[in-house]
Order: sequence, then structure tokens, then C-alpha cells
Amino acid sequence: MIVAERKPFEEIKESVRAYERILVLGCGTCVSVCLAGGEREVAILASQLRMAFRLGGREVEIGELTITRQCDREYIEPIRQTAALYDVILSMACGAGVQLVAEVLEPKVVLPALNTRFIGVTEAEGVWGERCMACGDCLLAYTGGICPVTMCAKGLLNGPCGGTDHGKCEVDREKDCAWTLIYRRLEAQGRLDMIERIFEPKRFGPRLHPARVMREVYQRA
Amino acid sequence: MASRFKEALESGKFVVTAEVGPPKGTNIEKLLHHIDLLKDRVDALNVTDNQSAVMRICSLAVCKLIKDRGGEPILQVTCRDKNRLAIQSELLGAHVLGIHNVLCLTGDHIVVGDHIDAMPVFDIDSVHLIQAVRTLEQGKDMAGNELDGPVSFCVGATATPEADPLEPQLLKFKKKVRAGINFVQTQAVYDLDKFRRFMEFARKFDRVKVLAGIVLLASVGMARYMNANVPGIFVPEEMIQELASAPKGKAIEKGIEIAARLIRTIRDEGICDGVHIMAIGREERVLDILDAAGL
Repeated sequence: MIVAERKPFEEIKESVRAYERILVLGCGTCVSVCLAGGEREVAILASQLRMAFRLGGREVEIGELTITRQCDREYIEPIRQTAALYDVILSMACGAGVQLVAEVLEPKVVLPALNTRFIGVTEAEGVWGERCMACGDCLLAYTGGICPVTMCAKGLLNGPCGGTDHGKCEVDREKDCAWTLIYRRLEAQGRLDMIERIFEPKRFGPRLHPARVMREVYQRA
Repeated sequence: MASRFKEALESGKFVVTAEVGPPKGTNIEKLLHHIDLLKDRVDALNVTDNQSAVMRICSLAVCKLIKDRGGEPILQVTCRDKNRLAIQSELLGAHVLGIHNVLCLTGDHIVVGDHIDAMPVFDIDSVHLIQAVRTLEQGKDMAGNELDGPVSFCVGATATPEADPLEPQLLKFKKKVRAGINFVQTQAVYDLDKFRRFMEFARKFDRVKVLAGIVLLASVGMARYMNANVPGIFVPEEMIQELASAPKGKAIEKGIEIAARLIRTIRDEGICDGVHIMAIGREERVLDILDAAGL
């Protein structure tokens, strides 16, 4: 999922300072899973804002609404009339959702309440780890299912570097050296030959941004 | 295009190289002094490239200074700060300035340095960098375009003989050899048993000359600091104790003794083809090491 974290409260409060009617808009997909922007987080943020404004002597109207996801127009269109009742929408979606809401509900001001971090997985309760950098040229078939672009701090295709020590990365002694992990995984699978060749330099073409994927067969005539 | 350093490597002599670290700023007085002290006592002088991800004068400029003063420079190029265009551009530049030795490195990560919010580039890795030099030598660039004039370099890489685990490093070493290197300057060597074992492997590639990295230990504090903070350096506890045993204020003399002892053993037993002496921030002491080692 896309993993995000809520911005510091002070930063959020500052961004909505000038408004009288704020709609806190949650997202029911990725950010719900990583407990950053779902229905419960919307309720918490709305309460915090009400309290903070009250302490400052202001009564501000704060609405709460969570939609299935903010990265698809079909879930944003139905909230047009509700949105019209507010001065600003404080979106708790990832950066993609914030932008689509801003585009669909233009010229309504839409502000982000989260910092989008990465594509990742749930490692344990309350712990999410990055796994994919959307390089557009997946080579997991060769590296035993461990991504060197993402999991190696230097993104080396021909690793390891000389900074690794006892399987840990020079960047953070708590972090595993991806190439040591790749080596051990392939060794256990009897597939070390996968990394014996020299991998060519990464093609950054697919990452030219903003990127687009089109599937003609699904496009309307 | 001849390289004095390449000739030294091929001559069969015990090769000695050292390094100078460019200053953080434009005051090159001490730098020029170090260059003049060392240039005639060693076969070549490496110039580091924003070593430890600390921003300093670029390696290319300092290599030119060494060249102008009659020394033999080795341009160190890392993959951390430049993309493939900038790197190839720099190699062309080095060639036209008469610099024909290059050491190809991945580079320490941004976060260990002094600009922690800078973007780590790593567009290519050290293996690609070695290949890039060889490609430019064939008169083409990395994208296959024809060059108006090729380059010519003596190409080197690093190795970490005391890495644990060692096998992934050996895999990487083989790739560097296949990509086409003339020499290797290793990371710091302290444990000669581990180094001998590494050399058993490296000797299979006898066209590649190996220079053992010798890092001067100036104090117990420095040894512990490097163990904790400098990638690729592992000073064994026994050696730290040996440093600690020195009389107060004499730790660096002990460090020089240790370095000289390592060098003499390596040379007397013919363990490898030479040494690369690194005395970070204490370049004057390299002469003391050379004297003590009988070089």
C-alpha cells in the first residue's frame, strides 16, 4: 500500500488557520490500512482541531467525511454538494488523492494533512516498511524477491558496496544490507547464478515524471 | 597515452601510493605542501572525491595541481554525486588535462557526510563506472554515440578484504575484474591472516595488481571512531590495545610502528603487489611510515 504519516499537528493547524469551515476528508484505502488517514484518524484530527481553535477563542465548523478512496473520480463526484458547504478541504489521503480532489473540485482549496512516504508493506503491528520505488523495470526475478533499488540505500544493481559490515548497511547499523540478504536468499535457493552477471545501468526512462499508463482496450471511444 | 603509474605497476616493483584529501575551501597552502612532500616518494598520489560525503574541492582540480607540480595523480571518482553524463564528462576532462589514472568507487552514502539532505545520485555503480571508462576508450560513450577522440586510463577499483561475510564482496570483485581493471587499492588491512586468504582468491586474477590499504591509526579514539563511523574500516581490538599501551602522547608513533610493520611483512612475504597509504589529515606522517618501513 501507499504508506503515509500525518503531518505535525502544528503544521496542519497553521495551514487551516484562516478558515471558518473545514472539511476533514479521509480515505478508506491505503491510508486507512496504515492508520494515517482513515475514518478514525479523521475523527481524531477533527477533535484536535476543534479543541485547538476553542482554546484560541474561535468556534470553527469542522466536518468529517471518509470516502472509499480519493484516487478515483467516481468517489469524489458524489461529495460535491457537501464540499460546497466548506471553505477548505483538509484531505487525509496520499499526495495522489489530494491532487485529484483538488482537480475535481476546482477551485475549492484542498490542503494535505499527510506526508506521503512510500510504497510498502505492514511489517508488524504499527510498523510499515518501504519495499518498492516504482522504478518501472522490475528485476525481482533475479534478486530472490528482494529489491536492490529500494532495499539497498545506494540502489546498487551490482552490490554490495564496501561499506557493509556483518550484513548491516553503512547508512544505519540497524538496517540490513540488501545485497547480503539477496546473496543469502539466492544461496538458499541454489540460484546464485542469477546475480553472477553484470547488471546494466538502470534505465531511468520509465521514471520520467509525470508518468502515465494507458490501456487502450479500456479507454472510452 | 603512457601512465607513469601503469608502468610502475607493470615493472614488478613493490608499488607505493598515498592519498591527499582536498581542503574544504580554496586555501590550498597546506595541500600544496603535502603534494610537494609526497610526490617524489610515491609512485602515485590519489585524490579523494568528496571523501566521506563531505564537500571539498573536486578531485579533478587537485589532480591537475599534482600534475603541474610533476607528481603522478590518481583521480578518484565516486557514483554518489554525479550522474552518468557528469561522470563521462569528467573522464574526458581528466584525459585532456593529462590525467590517466582513475580509481572507480561507489562512494560513501550522503548520510555519513555533512550535507545530509542532499540527493544521493548513484545513477550508476562502480562496475558500470569501470565499464564506462573502457567504453570511452573504445571511442564511444555509454549511450553508444561516437566520440571525437577516445580516452586512455589505468583503471582501478577498491576491495574490502576484511569484510564479513566475504563471499558477496568476492562476487563483486569478480565483476570489477570482468569490467576491466588494472589495479585494486584495498580498504584498510589490519588482519594479515584475513588478507592472505583474500589474496589466495585475488591471485587467480593475476593481471590485476593489488595494493594493500594501510590506514595510519593516530590514537585509540580515532580507531574507535573509525570502527563506529567510517564504512569499510574494522580495526581489531588487539590493535586498539596495542595503541593504548603506548606512553601518553605517543600513540601516533605506535600507529606508525604498526603501519610500518604491516608494510614490511606484506613486502617481505610478497603477499601482494604494493601498498596504498592513507594518513587522513596527517599526510606529513606518511614520510615517517615510509622511512620506518624502509621504502
